Amino acid sequence: MTTFQPVLLEAVGVAGSHTLASYRSRGGYAPLERMLKEKQPADVIELVKSSGLRGRGGAGFPTGLKWTFLPKDHPGPIYLCINADESEPGTFNNRILMEDDPHQVIEGIILSAYATRATTAYLYLRYEYPLCWDRLQGAIDEAYAAGLLGKNIQGSGFSLELYLHRGAAAYICGEETGLIESLEGKRAWPRIKPPFPAIEGLFRKPTVVNNIETMACVAQIARRGVEWFRSIGVPSDPNNPRDPGSYGPKLYCLSGHVERPGCYEAPLGITARQLIDGQGGGVWKGRKAKAVIPGGISMGLMTEAELDTPLDFAGPGKVGCLGLGTAAVVVIDETVSIVDFLHNSCRFFAHESCGQCTPCREGTAWSLRMLERIRAGKGRLKDLDLLAEIGNTMGMMPGSTICGLADGAAWPIKNAIKKFRGEFEDYIKRTNPSGWMVTDPVPALQIVGAH
Amino acid sequence: MITTQRILTPEMVAQIEALAPRYPNRRALTLPALHIVNDCLRYVPFEAVVEVAQLLGLAPAEVQDTLSFYEFFPQDKPSGRTRAWVCRSVSCALRGGEEILDHICHAAGIDPYGTTTDGALTVEPAECLGACDFAPCMLAGKTLYKNLTKESAEAFVRDARSPVGTPS
Repeated sequence: MTTFQPVLLEAVGVAGSHTLASYRSRGGYAPLERMLKEKQPADVIELVKSSGLRGRGGAGFPTGLKWTFLPKDHPGPIYLCINADESEPGTFNNRILMEDDPHQVIEGIILSAYATRATTAYLYLRYEYPLCWDRLQGAIDEAYAAGLLGKNIQGSGFSLELYLHRGAAAYICGEETGLIESLEGKRAWPRIKPPFPAIEGLFRKPTVVNNIETMACVAQIARRGVEWFRSIGVPSDPNNPRDPGSYGPKLYCLSGHVERPGCYEAPLGITARQLIDGQGGGVWKGRKAKAVIPGGISMGLMTEAELDTPLDFAGPGKVGCLGLGTAAVVVIDETVSIVDFLHNSCRFFAHESCGQCTPCREGTAWSLRMLERIRAGKGRLKDLDLLAEIGNTMGMMPGSTICGLADGAAWPIKNAIKKFRGEFEDYIKRTNPSGWMVTDPVPALQIVGAH
Repeated sequence: MITTQRILTPEMVAQIEALAPRYPNRRALTLPALHIVNDCLRYVPFEAVVEVAQLLGLAPAEVQDTLSFYEFFPQDKPSGRTRAWVCRSVSCALRGGEEILDHICHAAGIDPYGTTTDGALTVEPAECLGACDFAPCMLAGKTLYKNLTKESAEAFVRDARSPVGTPS
């Protein structure tokens, strides 16, 4: 195989890459203009559907299929929401796309709006990305001036308004119905589904919510074609008719204890070890990895022995992780206490639980209180069973919460206890020599506030 | 004679109204309006919540309900002239983010979420800032501080506290 050439990231590091002139010089917007002239919306849906593109936001749902859930012949309006609330710890690929190549994203948005017949698109951007805001607003202004946004785009009769909407530092706004509620001016409490957003979403109208990288992929599929896209990645498993495969290039965010942290584009299916040793230059300081997060902290942990797992949509699940998630790979070296890691993870989810569902609100706070107590030298072996029980009972998968935040909180707990139980037991016995075996209830150390 | 001092200036109201055509109802202006007020005042006092509610045709409780969810808009007193968020999530923590947070707070003489007595600087812990390639990192105002060290953290506190305006 020849060396993989970045496509989504081709403009990174190029001077002025965020401008319309630069994007045009790379062939940008020509595919859009051709599609608007020659193709019907249904053709664009078919194009994306046949490419096998799966959403890049974390869940991996097939994008074209999601679009087909919209009601046929709806009088409108239909809304397109672009999820740029990228907040999963370890994840920054959307930031790079918005900062360095915002027009690639905007071309994908216009194509997706055309396909779904949306006439208004809101780009929900997390507060913490001020440079993205400026770059996107600049690019949107350029696109309006060039007749690529607004009324009757390029004489096609298709109109689209694209607005930026600023978040306010809440992780849950990345959940698609939490995002919708937040956009509507309410607290970002995820909605009970059904109805799914495609039927009743933003302002109670049919709505599609797509991720930034997904939009960039749509632009590239329009430019380079379905065959190009399907020539990259991992084909669907012929023995599993429900496997949609893992096609296309993917942005992997590599951070933590590696020599060269960064966002790297690679074919879906690269292994964690290839990514860390190749693009990442290996684990830093010549050390070994103790654990690696495969795709954002919600996805759980892989051990050193599991690093040859391919990072496609089906890969991490084979070693007990939740999935590929955002493909944010975080390397934790052998000097780190797994107790400290799990404490950091539990603190994040206790802070970010929206508080709507009891198992998540209480489970995330309880697990944090236990980790605080264990780190204070008052842990008991029984705590590990309790933590495992919390991990097994909160979330959409056990069916006790509305959204997946609790599953994301549960996976690091479950994986850490299962794969590193010995280290937890040693830690507890060492730090609490007189009380590790106690099983009586104990008071918590301090109250933890929910988000 | 009692004169009622409005918190929302005509300029703020104009900025909010300029966004109104973007949304099919006025409630969706809640978050943009709160950001506009917070950008101007560095906090959103209760009186401003009432005025935003009046402007948008909502009950004050509806605006307060939304505002209180995000834990982003201070209500009691303004943030410091520089508001800094120091990342403590996993990728930064692995590279010393928590120590940087302690160090910045110590250098500024405040606890996390505190504001220096001169009103120059507020320091808050943050969850992932999405700049893990530059861990440990911090967002201060609109500036991302990358690959922080003890030295660069101290220099930041020094600069933020140098007299550039009247304390609030």
